[in-house]
Amino acid sequence: MDVHEYQAKELLANFGVTIPRGAVAFSPDQAVYAATELGGWHWAVKAQIHAGGRGKAGGIKLCRTYHEVREAAQAMLGKRLVTAQTGREGKPVQRVYIEVADPYEREFYLGYVLDRKVERVRVIASRHGGMEIEEIAKTDPEAILQVVVEPAVGMQEFQARELAFQLGLNIKQVAWVVATIMGAYRAFRDCDATMLEINPLVLAKDDRIVALDAKMSFDDNALFRRRNLADLQDPSQQDPREAQAAEHNLNYIGLDGEIGCIVNGAGLAMATMDMIKHAGGSPANFLDVGGGASPDRVATAFRLVLMDRNVRAILVNIFAGINRCDWVAQGIVQACRETSINVPLVARLAGTNVEAGRKIIAESDIPIISADSLSDAAQKAVAACKRVNELTTAAN
Amino acid sequence: MSILIDEKTPIVVQGITGDKGTFHTKEMIAYGSKVVGGVTPGKGGTIHLGLPVFDTMKEAVKATGATTSITFVAPAFAADAIMEAADAGIRLVCSITDGIPAQDMIRVKRYLMRYPKERRTMLVGPNCAGIISPRKSMLGIMPGHIYIRGPVGVVSRSGTLGYEAASQMKAVGIGISTSVGIGGDPINGSSFLDHLALFEQDDETEAVLMIGEIGGPQEVQAAAWIADNMSKPVVGFVAGLTAPKGRRMGHAGAIISAAGDSAAEKTEIMRSYGLTVAPSPAEFGSTIMQVLTEMKTHLIPA
Repeated sequence: MDVHEYQAKELLANFGVTIPRGAVAFSPDQAVYAATELGGWHWAVKAQIHAGGRGKAGGIKLCRTYHEVREAAQAMLGKRLVTAQTGREGKPVQRVYIEVADPYEREFYLGYVLDRKVERVRVIASRHGGMEIEEIAKTDPEAILQVVVEPAVGMQEFQARELAFQLGLNIKQVAWVVATIMGAYRAFRDCDATMLEINPLVLAKDDRIVALDAKMSFDDNALFRRRNLADLQDPSQQDPREAQAAEHNLNYIGLDGEIGCIVNGAGLAMATMDMIKHAGGSPANFLDVGGGASPDRVATAFRLVLMDRNVRAILVNIFAGINRCDWVAQGIVQACRETSINVPLVARLAGTNVEAGRKIIAESDIPIISADSLSDAAQKAVAACKRVNELTTAAN
Repeated sequence: MSILIDEKTPIVVQGITGDKGTFHTKEMIAYGSKVVGGVTPGKGGTIHLGLPVFDTMKEAVKATGATTSITFVAPAFAADAIMEAADAGIRLVCSITDGIPAQDMIRVKRYLMRYPKERRTMLVGPNCAGIISPRKSMLGIMPGHIYIRGPVGVVSRSGTLGYEAASQMKAVGIGISTSVGIGGDPINGSSFLDHLALFEQDDETEAVLMIGEIGGPQEVQAAAWIADNMSKPVVGFVAGLTAPKGRRMGHAGAIISAAGDSAAEKTEIMRSYGLTVAPSPAEFGSTIMQVLTEMKTHLIPA
């Protein structure tokens, strides 16, 4: 789960990280009011979206007057911001963050990740702030400083101090950076974060160390014990279909293709998509109905897939272990009865109770194309999709 | 032989009295697995499915001599259950639980390291389908009837893709020595490499099928290890060729977030280390068949 910049900063502030004075605004009026309340001479107006690359895309404006603040907020709010990280459609800007913009001396990078290779938390710092870490890795790999946290005892101050001295700071500044690094580590640990990036972390003229931007992602699996974080979710930043899928505990990811997929198991779902491509088609989505696919869940999955107007055929591929084919078959039949499915449907069922499942489909008198293997299913779905496309072209 | 489990392996089920624990314990017993008891805190002293239930793993191990456990425990308590099993001296823990927080898994992995190597617990999973040595024992949630016994070891991240492989192999008459699901989480217990090393030592296993996914370094580490250490042929596959970058494909671990994470890159690296790569997920059976034929091996009848 991702949160907005201002939310990440508020969390970090609770752990002793210094952040600029700022306030969130939902309208240009509120933006101006926030600027007057905050005081100061310059303000940054920052579009709040769940993606990076805002600066280059016009999502961050430095303003010198209240009028400029109003104009910047007006230009951003209610629009979709397209950055290098959002994809073509961009993300809707429903809130802006107004922040006092004080001058600073130097920029740094500070990041925390769950490192899968060492299976520990890795802390990364660099004297090149404001750049993407991937870019630093390419242009000046030696400027990337790293420490790995021993899970039994957590991060230690000496580790933070090592990083701080390597950044080339004086002792007064080092004390402040150590407090920042340790505070951000505790935020990462206590919020079950999977990623935390403060970029840039800046050295202000008065020796303060300030988090100018912050990005945090959290472990979805840990939200059950982080209720305060779960409340920060912003559905407007999600694909509406993905948001709806999440409500039903289904894993859905929309893609650009034409064949809708309903599969159980993440690995088999990916393999089914791969197989469609192998057979010359293109998958419209990833969808894992998971274990315990009740008829209702399967029916919901159908509705989700059919919300995508590009879908020309549907492929259902269920290999039941924890699932039962008869349940899945009931779900398919139920979905066909409730929703008008006007595209060809290919179903491949295997595993637990497969005979019962096939029987339900055969006796339902719904025109379902049966397939008996993964390749057979993919080929039939691709062929069906082609026929639909030919008919549509002919009709036009 | 087989790896990890056989018909003599004594199993304790953690969370035996829950719905899932009950259902799958029945299935395991029906398959022939030697389930000797279960643990549910607060239900010690009762009998469930004809098996003794204990409050703690220590009591269960003491009373039954179990060496192996399987956890059907809710995500919030699963890390605790795994550590309890390790502390009780269990040698192999299979965790089916899907949804354990990643930072809990970091702690679990660290905890397992506190024991000397000779008594260290192997964790398989979490978020996996388990382990099956066909016709011997099943420690998991797979449909047992799709597996026939034979000379191929299977290790897969995904449960259902492992089923797919087993059924394709059954269709062409190839059996399996042991099939292991290592699970789809970003931080999991045993890796591909751990099981490849066991398959290399196993007399019954003549070839291995390794089914990976996008995300994480384990497939590449395994491929490098195979090139240097493995005498038996390995067929590889990586699912997720059509997966977009930066999106989590169902499994928490299946996300392309770093260089080398994509299916195309991993597949290329596997090839460069001399693995035979199945051209598509519909060709597990045929590719294994081809490799076995090249070895001029005779199939062990099912």
